[in-house]
Amino acid sequence: MDILQQLFFYVVAFVAVTSGFLVITCRNPINSGITLVMTFFCLAIFYVTLHAPFMAAIQIMVYAGAIMVLIIFVIMLLNLGSSVVIRYRHAVTGAVVASGLMLFQVLIILKQGSVNPVPGSVSAEMVESVGHTELIGKALFTDFMLPFEIASILLLVAIVGAIILAKREV
Amino acid sequence: MIVSVQHYMVVSAILFSLGAIGVLTRRNAIVVFMCIELMLNAVNLTFIALSSHLGNLDGQIFVLFIMTVAAAEAAVGLALMIAFYRNRESIDVEDFNLLKL
Repeated sequence: MDILQQLFFYVVAFVAVTSGFLVITCRNPINSGITLVMTFFCLAIFYVTLHAPFMAAIQIMVYAGAIMVLIIFVIMLLNLGSSVVIRYRHAVTGAVVASGLMLFQVLIILKQGSVNPVPGSVSAEMVESVGHTELIGKALFTDFMLPFEIASILLLVAIVGAIILAKREV
Repeated sequence: MIVSVQHYMVVSAILFSLGAIGVLTRRNAIVVFMCIELMLNAVNLTFIALSSHLGNLDGQIFVLFIMTVAAAEAAVGLALMIAFYRNRESIDVEDFNLLKL
């Protein structure tokens, strides 16, 4: 059973990393968007295996549903072709070296550091019996009430700002 | 050996680095924007993996707020790109030089 679980993890991780790589290499922005949706779905599968099913649903609805539709809509509205002009060669080399160094650093930190679990109250059995949505809702409306309300104001500001910015004459 | 939290962290680190490469190398502003979304998602995976590992729900609430900010950012950023495209007929990041001396 364990080996099956691990195999499943590696398959999903491989698909996630491959589609993440395709996001930055595809010539056409539409193809980048579609591969990005694939990455989002793989991450949603990870959330399910991490006992966070509500987060997986939100991931698919908000990211793959709303944000990607918005991005693809804008790509089609602007009618962008696939005429990709890549940056100068030394810029690409510098970017790859910088990102590689960053990855190396993070992996070293991961290898040396350790997470000492101070076991919290939430376990997989509790998520299964109470329900993940109930747990999230309870936390959101008790401990995180103020940030929740501020997030609603942020969304209102974003709506008004987007309309003002995209209007034809300001 | 079962799938541990380290596995998820490594996947998340790889995705974050891929997003960083994309932000630094691509010139199409929308692709740069999608790479930023990829980096945000890598961070979300870290939050949820550690939250489930530690048995604490606070990380998942943070992911909810990150998604809210990402949605707001998407709306405003894409509106900015439409406004810019209307002025310059291009969304190449090399053309974003109005403030350059």
